[in-house]
Amino acid sequence: MIVAFGIILAAVILIFVIWMLLARRLREKYAALWLIIGLAVLVLGLWPQLLLALTDFLGVQVPANLLFSAAIVLLLAVALHHSWELSQAEDEIRRSAEESAIARAEIQRLSERLDALEGRSTDDGRNEPPTARPDAL
Amino acid sequence: MSEPSDRVLIIVPAWNEARSVGGTVREIRSGNPLYDIAVIDDGSTDDTAEVARQAGAIVLQLPFNLGVGGAMRTGFTYAQRHGYTRVIQVDADGQHNPSDIDRVLEGLERADISIGARFADVGDYTVRGPRRWAMIVLAKVVSRVAGTTLTDVTSGFRAANERAVAQYVRYYPAEYLGDTLDSLVAACHAGLTVTQVPVAMRPRVHGTPSQSPVGAAIYLLRSVVALTLAIMRRPSRKAVAA
Repeated sequence: MIVAFGIILAAVILIFVIWMLLARRLREKYAALWLIIGLAVLVLGLWPQLLLALTDFLGVQVPANLLFSAAIVLLLAVALHHSWELSQAEDEIRRSAEESAIARAEIQRLSERLDALEGRSTDDGRNEPPTARPDAL
Repeated sequence: MSEPSDRVLIIVPAWNEARSVGGTVREIRSGNPLYDIAVIDDGSTDDTAEVARQAGAIVLQLPFNLGVGGAMRTGFTYAQRHGYTRVIQVDADGQHNPSDIDRVLEGLERADISIGARFADVGDYTVRGPRRWAMIVLAKVVSRVAGTTLTDVTSGFRAANERAVAQYVRYYPAEYLGDTLDSLVAACHAGLTVTQVPVAMRPRVHGTPSQSPVGAAIYLLRSVVALTLAIMRRPSRKAVAA
């Protein structure tokens, strides 16, 4: 019974990950890991004696212990990897925010210069910022 | 209009400072109208940006709050692209006296980074307890890294020349104390020189700093962690640069 459950779980993981990949909801670099995990579970579900052999080989007393400790180590690694990716993503977001602030200031400055050049009135209560320089980028 | 060779940009990071930023900008402008002022609105929810614009500053509006580090690097990047040769950071809350700006800028004749230091026998700025010990320890350690005596390394009142701005654009952390400690240590590791100029610090116009014992202890702990990390970061960054 539990063997069937393992096989079904692995199949569900694999199908779900492949669907997410096809639907572009998961990037390949994350998908690879989950595909490997799904395949490993599938292999263990189809050939349970592999786990028993491995338990014997490594000198672990109970097969379930090996399974659980392997799962914990794996999940730790995944969590750590995600923290790393998140840090990188936050850094990129920060750069983008900085760029967007600079771009907004440039647009403001350029549109004010444009208004001045075309002789339109910019008299909406604002002072012209002291930035209108031809040498500016 | 000042010569291209000595254009100065004053960067004012502001987060919900609508009550004080206008006065600060006007005070700086009345001191020296040649300096350009860029107020970095760090995702404020009040009308900081509008107040600063009306006071005559360039306003760079961040879409959300990034912290002082993010605000400052925005300013440095802007300064670099517009060819400013000297940049100085002034707080929006009025703690930094605009009349000291020229003195801090003069420090750039001796070094790449000039810090307006609060303890150097000028003014009556005092801190007590663990917070003071932390600042003394930090100053001692960073002085050794910088190869010169510094007494107030967490001061935000600091000026940078072109070389320092380029370094800041490359690396300016947003994390806690990163904008002062980490950036300074990284700049020293990159071969930049630092000097300090004594300035008097004024009380805040609005709001009060946290001075509770627990807050001070946390400050001590976090600053030690931040400093340790900053100093240990050296080898990896060199490896990246090489």
